[in-house]
Amino acid sequence: MNHMIRVKGLSKSFGKQRVLKDIELTVAEGQIYGLIGPSGSGKTTLVKMIVGIDSPDSGTVTVMDKRVPDLGLLQDIGYMAQSDALYLELTGKENLAFFASLFNLKGSRLKERIDYVAKIVDLETSLNKKVAAYSGGMKRRLSLAIALVHDPKLLILDEPTVGIDPELRQSVWQELLELMAQGKTIVLTTHVMDEAAKCEMIALVRDGGILASGSPEELKAKFGASDLEGVFLAAGRGAK
Amino acid sequence: MRITALVKRIMLQMFRDKRTLALLFLAPLLVLTLMYLIFDSNEEEMKLGVVGGNDMLIETLETQGIQVEDFESADNGTVLENRLDGLLEIEADGAMLTLENDDPAKAKALLAQISQILALQGQGSAEQNTSSPALETDYIYGNEDTEFFDMIGPILVGFFVFFFVFLISGIGLLKERVSGTLERVLATPVKRWEIVAAYLTGFGIFAVIQTTIVVFFAIWILDMVMEGEIWHVIVINLMLALVALSLGILLSTFAGSEFQMVQFIPLVIVPQIFFSGLFPLDGMADWLQNLGRIMPLYYGADALKAVMYRGEGLIDVWEDLLVLGLFALLFIVLNILALKRYRKL
Repeated sequence: MNHMIRVKGLSKSFGKQRVLKDIELTVAEGQIYGLIGPSGSGKTTLVKMIVGIDSPDSGTVTVMDKRVPDLGLLQDIGYMAQSDALYLELTGKENLAFFASLFNLKGSRLKERIDYVAKIVDLETSLNKKVAAYSGGMKRRLSLAIALVHDPKLLILDEPTVGIDPELRQSVWQELLELMAQGKTIVLTTHVMDEAAKCEMIALVRDGGILASGSPEELKAKFGASDLEGVFLAAGRGAK
Repeated sequence: MRITALVKRIMLQMFRDKRTLALLFLAPLLVLTLMYLIFDSNEEEMKLGVVGGNDMLIETLETQGIQVEDFESADNGTVLENRLDGLLEIEADGAMLTLENDDPAKAKALLAQISQILALQGQGSAEQNTSSPALETDYIYGNEDTEFFDMIGPILVGFFVFFFVFLISGIGLLKERVSGTLERVLATPVKRWEIVAAYLTGFGIFAVIQTTIVVFFAIWILDMVMEGEIWHVIVINLMLALVALSLGILLSTFAGSEFQMVQFIPLVIVPQIFFSGLFPLDGMADWLQNLGRIMPLYYGADALKAVMYRGEGLIDVWEDLLVLGLFALLFIVLNILALKRYRKL
């Protein structure tokens, strides 16, 4: 199996606070990899470093055998930030078109992709409305659509399902599984345990370190817990 | 082209924000007009003290709409005490006019009227006196060359262009930082210099429109003194706008909110007003006077005064333009470096 992402000895401090401590992480191609942990555990900093929009104090990140940061690499990465980074004055379609053109999409291909991703996130009917008039869930969905618009090989999604209603969450997950079936690699962060259970591989992140990683089944067996919550608690005790 | 996409988006955002657009284009005109009205009002009635004038002279003055007060004797103190605009002392060999000159425009108008009247009277009594009575003038404040709005007009034009471009471009990029869209844009293969170039172009287009409107308004509507070429004035203002644009974007790096951006005004904008030539600095220590030399507006104002007031050309002010260009270049390079905070490449 090919390695999509390889993180080695990654550390980062903001002032005196150490946000990431010696992170080791390997993500195989075609996986859905979940980073699970409470807010403030360092998940967001970690994914930003994988994308290359934050730089580590020490350690390396390699994506598709290229050392991050790499501009060419960004063409193959779809990133969805934790905050909805959208232009409120513009319509959903204009937002999509703007980001798509930063990825050099144009003409009929651009139109095609916009229609396709809008359908996935169920925003077809509100595409011509200004984003300022969107609800929280709609903004989240538009952010996801932007991450998908250039058809990237690797998707890095920071809390993709926060603020989305259960029905839509279901359909987003269905789509993620579909994308995985197409051979895409997906790294996502979440603090919802039942979402973590849907990932092929997970890493438990706490206080800037990875407590444990493996498939949900492996972890449950290893810590003798019936669910991931139990695994988390047991792993946390073990770390202390 | 990525830059085209960025520029298009910036412009679209601006067009959607009608109030900011109005601020950019109309606020300078409004403030400039107010300044014009304040410093250039001639409507008020003039009050003149006369010493030793005959009835005929007083009558003539009054028919010209000047309020006359007769004095036995008077000096500068009389002018200030009685709030006179001027004091006319008729002597055997001529006349002495003391102007208060608190408002240079008013003083000038009064001087013009009085010398006209005296010249007419001189013609009437030409049999006794071959030459018309000589009119000597004295000023309590300032001197005969002061025409306040003429002097500050060019500086004001430059200042408003600088100020509004600074504010709007700074807040424009700040909004991107705060909302996270800048980070999001940096997660695409766009290069850092492309972002800076796009911002300079996108806001630059609005700065060109604004500059043109302000310059034409000042010259055609407000009838500001304009000795040189209009397009020279526009070129100078565009250089100023470029500096303001790059400085605004740069300083937005150090602001965490729109309010913090506004806090840069007393720090960055107001000192530039003081050193731009709006206020006389002669009384200041030399080393303090030289402080103006680190401020872009100093050079812009100097060039604008030269072209608009003294009728010089761009060649005469090339040093000012060069310094402005260097300021802009410095800020642009710093901007590209400042984006490293987000992404090393």
